[in-house]
Order: sequence, then structure tokens, then C-alpha cells
Amino acid sequence: MANDSLMIFWEGYGLPTVIIVAQIVAIIVALLLSVAYLTLAERKVLSAAQMRKGPNVVGPFGLLQPIADGVKLLFKETILPAGANRVVFIAAPMITFILALIAWAVIPIGPGIVLADINVGILYLFAISSLGVYGVIMAGWASNSKYPFLGALRSAAQMVSYEVSMGFVIITVLICVGSLNLTDIVMAQQTVWFVVPLLPMFVIFFVSILAETNRSPFDLPEGESELVAGFFLEYSAIPFALFYLGEYGNMILMSAMTAILFLGGWLPPVDVAPFNWIPGPIWFAGKVAFILFCFLWVRATMPRYRYDQLMRLGWKVFLPFSLFWVVLTAGVVVAFDWVPQP
Amino acid sequence: MSIIQRGLRSLFLGELLSGMSLTFRYMFKPKATLNYPYEKGPISPRFRGEHALRRYANGEERCIACKLCEAICPAQAITIEAEPRDDGSRRTTRYDIDMTKCIYCGFCEEACPVDAIVEGPNFEFATETREELFYDKARLLANGDRWEVEIAANLEKDAPYR
Amino acid sequence: MIVQALAFYLFAGMTIASAVMVIAARNPVHSVLFLILAFFNSAGLFVLMGAEFLAMILVVVYVGAVAVLFLFVVMMLDIDLVEIRQGFLQYMPIGGLVGIILLVELLFVLGAWIAVPETAAVTGVPLPPPEQVPNTRALGVVLYTKYVYLFQASGLILLVAMIGAIVLTLRRRDGVRRQSISGQIGRRREDSVEIKKVPNRSGA
Repeated sequence: MANDSLMIFWEGYGLPTVIIVAQIVAIIVALLLSVAYLTLAERKVLSAAQMRKGPNVVGPFGLLQPIADGVKLLFKETILPAGANRVVFIAAPMITFILALIAWAVIPIGPGIVLADINVGILYLFAISSLGVYGVIMAGWASNSKYPFLGALRSAAQMVSYEVSMGFVIITVLICVGSLNLTDIVMAQQTVWFVVPLLPMFVIFFVSILAETNRSPFDLPEGESELVAGFFLEYSAIPFALFYLGEYGNMILMSAMTAILFLGGWLPPVDVAPFNWIPGPIWFAGKVAFILFCFLWVRATMPRYRYDQLMRLGWKVFLPFSLFWVVLTAGVVVAFDWVPQP
Repeated sequence: MSIIQRGLRSLFLGELLSGMSLTFRYMFKPKATLNYPYEKGPISPRFRGEHALRRYANGEERCIACKLCEAICPAQAITIEAEPRDDGSRRTTRYDIDMTKCIYCGFCEEACPVDAIVEGPNFEFATETREELFYDKARLLANGDRWEVEIAANLEKDAPYR
Repeated sequence: MIVQALAFYLFAGMTIASAVMVIAARNPVHSVLFLILAFFNSAGLFVLMGAEFLAMILVVVYVGAVAVLFLFVVMMLDIDLVEIRQGFLQYMPIGGLVGIILLVELLFVLGAWIAVPETAAVTGVPLPPPEQVPNTRALGVVLYTKYVYLFQASGLILLVAMIGAIVLTLRRRDGVRRQSISGQIGRRREDSVEIKKVPNRSGA
């Protein structure tokens, strides 16, 4: 009898918990590995664009460099500044890192391969990415130091501004799909990827995610030439590593979001023989890698924006343009009777 | 360029794209850097690196303790003490160079009448302590023995211009 | 069901605890951070009720935008606690009155709900069963048909408020050098460079 109820408990709660934890661990391990090798890829791409060789001493082609960097950061001393607000100071990098991880719960990497296929997936992603600003602003405030504080203020204004145009871009896609579910969004692109009809929106989205992840040319929050290192100036060792992981995790997340919204997620470009032999997750990874390459490529090319120009671009160029495009898309969809039916 | 052309160019991000294509092309250019500890750049025969005291082929040290190098050294990095040896020839008893003072101007090797003190091709002599950079005579002679082949070749290459 | 109940008590308890901390915390920045925690847990409660659209909108709008601005302002203020304490007794009656009014209103709402359970059915729009229609769609259908004028009116009010804020802060000052980006981009070589032949031994 006792054995029976134990069995029921195991099948009802135990086994699903174990499966979910295993899935979460798989996602996190894969993500952390990608982050590690993204840092290496960044250094390699930048060095290639500058006619340098890049890291090539630790391991073959420098492949062990990220691990060496990680070990170095682990063994450094964690410094708590005397004037810092301890709890917030420690919480800020954790928030940044956790937010970069939990968003992956809804990302579909293949047909049906997703941890939680919730029906407001894109809103969830948008909400998580809008929370990213807290890690930065808390770090800047808790450091009790002027450069981090300035960096945090810049970052807060920047991320909030560019979220608005990102939101409009997402709405444009949603008008074409008629669902907030990420799997539905991918499946709606079976005939043509949204990058083709919505190319201007794709460009705006790409530039906005550059600003949203504080990447060059919008890396003013950490602009080392004026703010030393910006909001994580006072951080060292593991908290610093968490910021780093969170930042690069966010880059991968935003690339995945772009791949899902515009590049057809796991779908091959055309559904014919040689292309559809390759499994979906590999297509997805390839697209994410391509967008990440674009991130690094832009970093190798563009100089940093001035802050007032950044705000001008966000509010006076992207916002009206994306708003116009939302109205245009909605108009076209209604006029040609292409309204997606549930 | 007409206004329309310029307008189209900025609307389609012409400047950005041309910049991006430039960096993309650079990614495939041959690398300008060397794989330093394994590869080194070519250096001139006149390169002024670490100091060395040379010997004649029979093993006799060249330096005759004329102290011209000590006199000309603008950083006053060289200290020489000398007295006659048992066989009556004049030799140094002490020849110190403070490498932390040295500015690598090469005046010492210019001044030397017997090509004894030279600045060799070696530039990798960083040390962990400051004391190791106070070179004495034994160290300088050891440098000379170690780099003699390269130093001799360099002096020969440079000879026509002297 | 046990898990749901546990999650509900977790979220509800956290909401109340952090709401208490909002008014109890000494540091105003901590208050705002607790407020954010309270928003977050209310979003969790919405999810438990099956209103995931509202939950996400709560996070996006309140946590992602409004609370950031709160935090922004509070962080910039140099708040002296002693000075605030001085006016405490003076404002006590007004604050207490507002609190009592709110409490009475809440009691009315709850009382009506308990005494006459049918009111909810009368005032609300009949909801489609959540198994068939996702609540995002259900909300949209109600919002853009039955309440479309109210929806537009609230949008208009926000627009007016926004324009008002802009008008209040917009002023042209003399002596400020502004960047004219189109002017800079539109500048051509012919406008700014002139090539002159300068004969020998005489100035330009």
C-alpha cells in the first residue's frame, strides 16, 4: 500500500521533476559552453579584422583559452568595496546571470524541442529582456562610485529607449503570425522567412538588440575611454565573471530571438532534398552563430556612438519608423485579407 | 552626387555597408603580426640590445680599460676600475653596467677603440628582480661568449659604413 | 493541486511581505526594489490564475519600464531621512484618511462580492472557456469590440499627458550649439574646399 502511493508520487511528481531538471541542466551546460566559446570567437573575429592572429597559445588554435580565463577569474579575490551596499552589490551580477539563463526556457531549438512551449512565449522573452536593466542599474548604484553610477544611468535610459522600438518590431511580426507562441511564429515562416518581407524591421531589430545588450557601437554603459569600465568597474573575480556570462548569454539569447522572429528558427531556407536532411537544431544553431558573427563584425567596424546621438537614433528615427511600419503592415494585411486565422 | 542619390544612400545604409564590407575583406588578408615567442621580426645589424664584452680569438679579453665608454656614457651607467695585470698589460678589475640606467644609445660601442664593449642583438633579458640588471664583468664576458658569432657577423656587415 | 497551492502561498506571501517592506525599508532604493519584487510576485499570481498575458504585460510595463523610472529618480535624489521624519505628524491625518477610505472601499468590494455573488456575472463580460481560447485572444476580442471607445480614450489621455510633459520641458535657449546631422551629412567637397593656384613668392 505504502509502496503504491510512493509509486504514484514518483510518477506524478518525482519523474517529471527529474526530467525537467535534466533538461535544464542540459540547456545550461550547452549555454555556458557557447558563452565560453563566444568570447574566444569574439577575440578571433576582432583579431582577424585587424590582421592579427588572436589567442593561439593555450591549446590548439587557442581553444582552451576560455577555460584558462574562467579558471583565472575563479581564483581571483572577490573585492567588496567599503562603501558598497553589500546585498545589492552581490545580487546585481546574480540577477544579470539568472535572467540570461531563464529566458532559454521558452526558446524552441527544433520542432517540439523546447522546455516550456507557453502560449505567450514572445512576451515572456520580451519581459525577461526588459528586466536585464536591473542587474546593470543595481550594480551601478550599489558600487557607490561615480563611474559605475554614470554607466548605470546611461544603460538604464538606453535599454528602456530601445525596448520601445523592439516592441514595435515584435508587434509587426506578430501581426503577420497571429500568435504569441514561438513555435507558431517559426511555423508561420514555412513559405518565406520574415526577413524578406520585413527587411527594414529586421535591420531595426538587429540594431536595437545591439543597444539592448550594450554591445558596440552602443557600449556606452561600459565605455572604457570615459567611464573606465562602466557599471561593473568595482567588480572582480566571480561576480565579474557572472556579469560577463550574463552579457554574452544575453547576446546569444537575442540572436536566438532574431533567428526565431526573422530567420525561420529551425527551418531550412528551402524545403528540398539536401537542405532538409540537416536536422532543425543544427539550422537553428547555424543561424544563431551567423547573427553572433554579425555582432562581432559590427564591433570590429563601428566606432562608439555619442550619447545624444544614441538617444536621437532611438527616439527620433527608430520609433517613428517602426511605428509607421506597424501601421503599414497591419494595413497591408487587412487590405489583402491576409489576416492569420487561429 | 545629387540629393536623391545621397538620400537613397543613407536610407539603404550605404556608408555602414561599405564599412562592413571593408572589415570583412580585411578578415582574409594575411596577418600582419608575428607569433612572437616562436617567430621574431628581422633586426638590423646595428640593433642596440644587451651589452657584451668581447674576447680575441685566443681568449684574451679585448678591453684595455681606457674608460672612454665610461666617460661618454650619457646616463653614467658604466663603472670601471683598472690596474695592471701580472704580465704588465692594463686590464679592468671591475666593469659594471647598470642596465636600469642604460638608455641604449650605443655611444659606448662607438667610443670603444678595440670593439670590446658592444651592444648585441639580444633584447630578451627581462628579469624578475632589479638586482639582476646590475651587470658585472663576468656577466658581460659571458654575454660576449654567448653571442660572439652573431656579434661578429653584425660587425662585419656594418663595417663598410664605418 | 498541492504544487499549485504551494506556489500560490509562496507568491502571495512574498507579495505581502515585500509590500510591507516597501513602506518599512529605511533606504528608498530598497523600497523600490521591494516594490519590484511585489510586482514580480503578483505576475506570478496572475500566471497561477491562467492570465499569462496580464502577467507578462505587468512585468514588461511595470517592472521593465515604470519601476526603472522610479528607481532612476529615487537613486538620483539625495534623501535626508531626518528631514522627512519632521513632517510626519503634520501629514499623519491626511495620510490616515486616505488609508481609511481605501480600506472602506476594499471592504465594500469584498462585501458586495460575498453578499451578492451574482454581481460578478452581471458586470463582467462572459468569458469564453480558457481551454478553447487563449486569454490573449479573449482579451483582444473584448477590448477591441465592446470597449474600443474606452480603450481609445485611455490611449488619448496618455498621449495628451505625454505631449504635456514634452511641452513643459521643451524650450529653445539661445547660445546653445546644436548638431545638425543632415547638414553635416549633406556637406559636399565643393562647399567647403577650394583649390587655389598660388603663384610663387606671394601669399595666398
